[in-house]
Amino acid sequence: MGQSIQQPFLRQSYRLYMVLFFIFLAAPLIAAGLFAFNDSLFPVLPWRGFTLDWFFNDTEPKLGMFHDRRLLRGLYYSFIIACFVSMLSVFVGTCNAFLFVRHDFPAKNFFYILMVLPLVIPGVILGISILAMASNIANSVEKSMGIDLELLRPGIFLVVLGQFSFITTITSLIITARLKKFDDTMEEAAFNLGASKTHVLRTITLPFLRPAMIAGGIVAFLVSFENFNTTLFLVGSEAPLTITMYDRMVKVGSTPVLNAVSFFLMLGSALLALISVLVQRDTKT
Amino acid sequence: MSRPVAKDARNLALILLFMPFALWILLLIVLPHIGMFVLSLKEKVAPRVYEYGFDNYINFAQEPIYWNTLLRTGTVSLLVTFLALLIGFPVAYYIAKIAGKRTKGALFLLCLIPLWVSDLIRAFGWILLLRETGVISSALQASGIINTPIEMLYNDATVVMGLVYTVVLFMIVPLVSTLDGMNDEMIEAGYNLGGNGFTVLRRIIIPYAMPGIVAGCIVVFMLSAGSYLTPILLGGKNSSWFTEQIYDQFISRYNWESGAAFGFVLLLFTSIVVWLGLKLSGQTLSSTVAKS
Repeated sequence: MGQSIQQPFLRQSYRLYMVLFFIFLAAPLIAAGLFAFNDSLFPVLPWRGFTLDWFFNDTEPKLGMFHDRRLLRGLYYSFIIACFVSMLSVFVGTCNAFLFVRHDFPAKNFFYILMVLPLVIPGVILGISILAMASNIANSVEKSMGIDLELLRPGIFLVVLGQFSFITTITSLIITARLKKFDDTMEEAAFNLGASKTHVLRTITLPFLRPAMIAGGIVAFLVSFENFNTTLFLVGSEAPLTITMYDRMVKVGSTPVLNAVSFFLMLGSALLALISVLVQRDTKT
Repeated sequence: MSRPVAKDARNLALILLFMPFALWILLLIVLPHIGMFVLSLKEKVAPRVYEYGFDNYINFAQEPIYWNTLLRTGTVSLLVTFLALLIGFPVAYYIAKIAGKRTKGALFLLCLIPLWVSDLIRAFGWILLLRETGVISSALQASGIINTPIEMLYNDATVVMGLVYTVVLFMIVPLVSTLDGMNDEMIEAGYNLGGNGFTVLRRIIIPYAMPGIVAGCIVVFMLSAGSYLTPILLGGKNSSWFTEQIYDQFISRYNWESGAAFGFVLLLFTSIVVWLGLKLSGQTLSSTVAKS
């Protein structure tokens, strides 16, 4: 390891570069989190002492995030949306993994590229194209049959579809990678012992995939929670948290309650990331 | 698998597995994009009366503000891609080749942390650091280096920095995984044959890492060109980013036809840049981003 750098000076400067890089990565996150605890009406220096008011205080002007109705509602909608998105995308992602690992069919390579594509399409474009199609269908149904399809108007359903459209690529890639490592002799042994196909799937293959499915679900949940670009175009009156925060930032300006939400979200993400790491480490084969 | 029953069962399984995939790609990716293209060809000539034609695209070409914004978005994104590669490569190399086994995993995880934090929060953090009343400005004032507060937001350098920050991880991840697969002996052989550090980097390491470099560059370029929050929040309302124009047409002016045309122009433009990049580097989409 590291034979390529012999001179101690170069070695030290390389290390310094890495330290600087990680300071660069951490700086804005620390700033966003830390000011949640500053006892001031604005997230600026100087430090005026430690407080938890921006989380728990129930009166203006220092209304804490857990008493702020609109933020809590945003959190609730984000949670609902993220749950649906992660369940759907893990299901389709698992099907895709079996499709691309276990089966051969014409133009497989083309379809594989098609599966990866949503990841590189700009989120804004996914948002407007789905919005345009949904409105188009809703309008023509209304015109021809006089039924207003509320579902296809901007709202939670469309947000779920929009996020699902590219998050499925992520879950597919994660689950496919795991299925590729599966040792086929395990299934064969079960078949030889007389097990049925569904039985083998349920007791051997799916348990083997479970860590990847959980990890994929967590990633999908987080990506859904933090998505902005696609959601922006599909959102109705039920705004998820990122949209509510953005609104607050543009209209009210930065207030420490946004720092409190940031801290809360970072804590949640860290916990979920930790779980996904542990789940994957636990069953490393 | 010779028995016809087993073959039928297998075909049935294939069809059942193909269904969710086909529904997803067809209903949420292919059809919406075709619909968007058709929409972009429509033009309102009178209330509720539409005609088909290329007028929305002609309008785009005739208005310098629009295509200047597109070109600006493209060039800035290329700069961001280049900087992300320049900054990310040494980090990826350190993680893949120099760090010990234990630090390696930890450093890699550390790199991923910002990925779990929303774009919005990252931009918010930068605003708190860089604005006139921000942390850096007040710290510099307190230490006596400057006398008056300085505004570091709302300029191009900050937008570039913010974008590099947002996308650099997507450069590091594919680089680490390709460099990880590289045999250390290849590097040693280069030194033993008398190459210096630079030759080894240029003749051995970079050619080997090329698929990872190209994959990272494609993702980073697309993410940067398609980003919305970072340029707007760090560059101010007049940051002239192309996604902002799309938003403007769609939401503010409610001109969906022209917004769809703009969306298509962006898609076409970024696809051409990616295609050129693949051609110039001699790679294909399936050897880089869609690598299985």
